[in-house]
Amino acid sequence: MKYVDEFRDGAIARGLAAAIAREVEPGRRYAFMEFCGGHTHAISRYGVADLLPPAVRMVHGPGCPVCVLPIGRIDQAIRLALDAGATVCTYGDTLRVPASGGLSMLRARARGADIRMIYSAADALALARQAPQRQVVFFAIGFETTTPPTALVIREAARLGLTNFSVLCCHVLTPAAITAILESPEVRELGSVPLDGFIGPAHVSTVIGSRPYAHFAEEYRKPVVIAGFEPLDVMQAVRMLVRQVNEGRAEVENEFTRAVTADGNLKAQARVSEVFELRREFEWRGLGLVPYSALRIRAPFAAFDAEARFGLDYRPVPDHPSCECGAILRGVRSPVDCKLFGTVCTPETPMGSCMVSSEGACAAHYTYGRFRDIPLTAAP
Amino acid sequence: MKKAYIRPLDLRHGSVDLSHGGGGRAMAQLIADVFGRAFDNEWLRRGDDGAVLPAPAPGERLVVATDAHVVSPLFFPGGDIGCLAVHGTINDVAVMGARPLYLAAAFIIEEGFPLADLVRLVASMAAAAREAGVPVVTGDTKVVEKGKGDGLFIATTGVGALPAGCELSGAAARPGDAVIVSGTVGDHGMAIMAQRENLAFDAAIRSDTAALHGLAAVAVAAAPGLRLLRDPTRGGLAATLNEIAQQSAVGIVLDEAAIPVDPQVAAACEFLGLDPLNIANEGKLIAVCPAAEAEALVAALRGHPLGRRAARIGEVIADAHRFVQMKTAFGGRRMVDWLAGEQLPRIC
Ligand code: SF4
Repeated sequence: MKYVDEFRDGAIARGLAAAIAREVEPGRRYAFMEFCGGHTHAISRYGVADLLPPAVRMVHGPGCPVCVLPIGRIDQAIRLALDAGATVCTYGDTLRVPASGGLSMLRARARGADIRMIYSAADALALARQAPQRQVVFFAIGFETTTPPTALVIREAARLGLTNFSVLCCHVLTPAAITAILESPEVRELGSVPLDGFIGPAHVSTVIGSRPYAHFAEEYRKPVVIAGFEPLDVMQAVRMLVRQVNEGRAEVENEFTRAVTADGNLKAQARVSEVFELRREFEWRGLGLVPYSALRIRAPFAAFDAEARFGLDYRPVPDHPSCECGAILRGVRSPVDCKLFGTVCTPETPMGSCMVSSEGACAAHYTYGRFRDIPLTAAP
Repeated sequence: MKKAYIRPLDLRHGSVDLSHGGGGRAMAQLIADVFGRAFDNEWLRRGDDGAVLPAPAPGERLVVATDAHVVSPLFFPGGDIGCLAVHGTINDVAVMGARPLYLAAAFIIEEGFPLADLVRLVASMAAAAREAGVPVVTGDTKVVEKGKGDGLFIATTGVGALPAGCELSGAAARPGDAVIVSGTVGDHGMAIMAQRENLAFDAAIRSDTAALHGLAAVAVAAAPGLRLLRDPTRGGLAATLNEIAQQSAVGIVLDEAAIPVDPQVAAACEFLGLDPLNIANEGKLIAVCPAAEAEALVAALRGHPLGRRAARIGEVIADAHRFVQMKTAFGGRRMVDWLAGEQLPRIC
């Protein structure tokens, strides 16, 4: 294992910052959305915003897997554990997302539900093999990066003929979310979210490639620069976006050539489409019902579909009325616009999903940036 | 007594069962053969319910600290729960500026726990206590049913003597003071997580678990104006500095580039998406002292084997919000906050 210091070099960062400052046109303002939570996290953690000129504003996007999960889906997972007595496994952050009735998966666990935190889909499968007497459900969330491992465990479970393993599939798709944002009334008509371009996902793009973004560049005239998750990647991408805007171009460019190709990982894509197909529509937190934006398990693998096995229906649940997560995920509001921010809603007591994962806009701002909102004052 | 009438414990293949906590012959035998033998000292030999200890020297005050250890796995690169239980409590006494004198230990053992492992862990604990010169003078053993504990939990309590005039306190930091750390951060927690996650490294990351009273004494001697010492265990540097900021009603500004981090620990953090500042240490000190004494303090710490990579990492500022901020090596600024939600489970 090697440390990736070369992508965090302060001297290079200052050089890039100066270059960006030189290239922004006087009087012009630039707003770029970083789609991914990974970028949101990098920007906050390394203080990238401090290095950008005031004319460049970064808008947080919806690419945080936990943040876009609607309450209704977490309720389903909790019902599986509490009512159906299943062992539900999922990734860590999901456990803290508030669900209905004052519950979260963590609180459900305190009430006796068998809910386990795992690090990989393979852990869930291993658990099912170890405990044949238990029904093990993998609550699968995430974008295109986490989908291939889920496909793999479903295939493996089929090969082994497991009868006690299933998947509650909540995998969602990046391009559909970007379309939803570009089609949202705020962006289309009101212009309240002036978006001049996107920083495209890093890891997701290694799987799906850079081609799927061409549509946004052509159809919506928005430049897209795919970037890695290192802070220097982000800065380089900002510089490339500024140039595109200045030159009136709207193209898909790839800053992350060390990992992303035009086609992506074809093998992984094939594996995914063997097991999954598009859902007609799927509810996202913040974006509402988005057509063809998520995956479900194909009929030949229906035995491993938890929704089918346990006869789960989906009941949408509105968010907390004061929570602005929806608007934040669409880029319309920022965390400090929410009146619950930092008072009622904190990382210890999240009211909305954006406060849960460190990739969420509210949690990132609370954890890394809230000192900016309050003038520094001497202790009395 | 005729030795032949006693069936010896099978220390190699046997395991602990409920009778070993039942107050009967089996328990007496376990205590004598495992604990008594390893920790052997004048107080334990008396076999009383408590230890009678001499009063501290005139002018000295007593410091008491207690710490429960529930780490999983029990054995990890660089240590085990046995030596950790000794070091952890000695360090809590030492950062008060006190000379650790005695330890008390309570063992909660799960039914079925292999005696061979128990013997190994107790031996490690005894060795750590002996090396530190702090005897375990009294103890207790309980056995819980299978499934009610995770192998072994150890709680230790330490007693130390605080010399007159030594007044270290988390509330004593003043704006302008320097913040110093005695070495690389995150080693202990990452050693455990790397082991749990099976991360492959050229060389295993080792826990830094160590008794710090020697190093603490060096710090006290080198900086007469020393405000406070802390050992940044659970929650890492970030949690401890936030505690200090709260207690002292000050802000702290760190310089990321100055914070020593082992490259392997940094790489593992990267892989697991963690921040070394949030990861536990078991052999590091944080010191806050007047800026004028910082240089001498760093030099003194570096002269001790446990402080070779000591560094000045930040300064205390006036800030009514008590924020801990950091100038990132990248050139920006951010807050260094407490970790939210569940700590990474059971690392100490
Ligand atoms: S601060 Fe909390 S309640 Fe407000 S938008 Fe963010 S997550 Fe929702």
